Amino acid sequence: MAVKDALLALLADGPQYGYQLKSAFETATGNNWPLNIGQVYSTLQRLDRDSLIVEAGEPGDDGRRSYELTAAGREALTHWFAAPADPPGTDRDELSMKVLIAVATNPASALLVVNDERTAAMGHLQTLTAHKARATSADLATRLHLDRTVLLADAQVRWLNLVEQRVEQVLSTAPTSHSPNAASSKETRS
Amino acid sequence: MKTTTGDGRTLTLSFHNLSLTLGSGANRTDALVDINLEIARGELIAVTGRSGSGKSSLLNVAGGLVEPSSGSVIVDGTDLAALSPSELAAARRRSVGYVFQDLNLLPTLTAAENVSLPLELDGMKPKPARTQAVAALDSVELADLADRYPDEMSGGQRQRVAIARGLVGERTLLLADEPTGALDEVTAEGVMAILRQQCELGASTLMVTHDPSLAAYADRVIRLRDGRIDSVSMNPSLQVTQ
Repeated sequence: MAVKDALLALLADGPQYGYQLKSAFETATGNNWPLNIGQVYSTLQRLDRDSLIVEAGEPGDDGRRSYELTAAGREALTHWFAAPADPPGTDRDELSMKVLIAVATNPASALLVVNDERTAAMGHLQTLTAHKARATSADLATRLHLDRTVLLADAQVRWLNLVEQRVEQVLSTAPTSHSPNAASSKETRS
Repeated sequence: MKTTTGDGRTLTLSFHNLSLTLGSGANRTDALVDINLEIARGELIAVTGRSGSGKSSLLNVAGGLVEPSSGSVIVDGTDLAALSPSELAAARRRSVGYVFQDLNLLPTLTAAENVSLPLELDGMKPKPARTQAVAALDSVELADLADRYPDEMSGGQRQRVAIARGLVGERTLLLADEPTGALDEVTAEGVMAILRQQCELGASTLMVTHDPSLAAYADRVIRLRDGRIDSVSMNPSLQVTQ
């Protein structure tokens, strides 16, 4: 999780204290990424320990401490924005496991699973799209977040379309084979 | 003849036991098989499915461009099979608007002239036809470009002219085939917002698309497979409000 990098980025414009950072983080991420204040403070302590931030002046009368970036913190932030992020880890979700296991164990009945999952995925995509259509006056962060969720749901439907088509191709070319994986593994060994 | 849905909404389009067979002998293909579907006033229906699943055939039958082999097509309470060719053409012009991927805008006509053309072909005088054309262009936020030629407009603007042409004359049924074509995401989103808005104003839309993101704008997504309705996905957020 790149929360520490995000906090560095939010500190780039000047000193802030914990609650300000929590609020700024949640606004910037479209209020779809709630952040525990305890996590903010523990992250700030680690960043302080690693000399990426320092306290900005003395604590206020209410005891709140502001932090600001160090030169090393600015360098770490530059590196974060410059380096590509890891690909999203959505390739090991329940849907992909269910579909792959269904195809491996009984491809013909897997097509029924694919059809049901696609109808459900389409319904989810319709819900997100209706939400997005109502959010045209929402802030930019919220709209960008909705765009991403819609596209991820779109990818699920497209993947299920592909699964169906590929399984049908395998079934039509190897009608006596129970498992499409068995056919391909034989080809690999030969 | 049934003119309302079970919950009392006015029917714009309905298919009853509709089948369409193309070709003959060894080339015979069941393009559509026993389709039953009702589309209410204001509904946006998306039709998806693989190439060859019958999507375009369904659109052509709905528009009266192709006669079904059996079953009936009812548009605004009229059974298309009961009409003579000239009556069918008149009903099409009166009720049905088309938005196709291939826009078919005439390059030598301005946006307003392209949009008013179907009205003038239907016998309307040029002046009132232009008034309606500019109003239709205004509904897609293009009234300012009414006198521009297609090659003086962007792809998204031309697509909106095509939508305006489909809507002009207050058509009750809009038939759309991949209506956003190759437009970028934001422009496509704008086109879909216009189609949705037109539905809210009372038009009904039957839209064919391969794109799940576009289909998701619909109230119902109908998936065709080998000419049959394979599945229907209702918009869950609409089910809550109805």
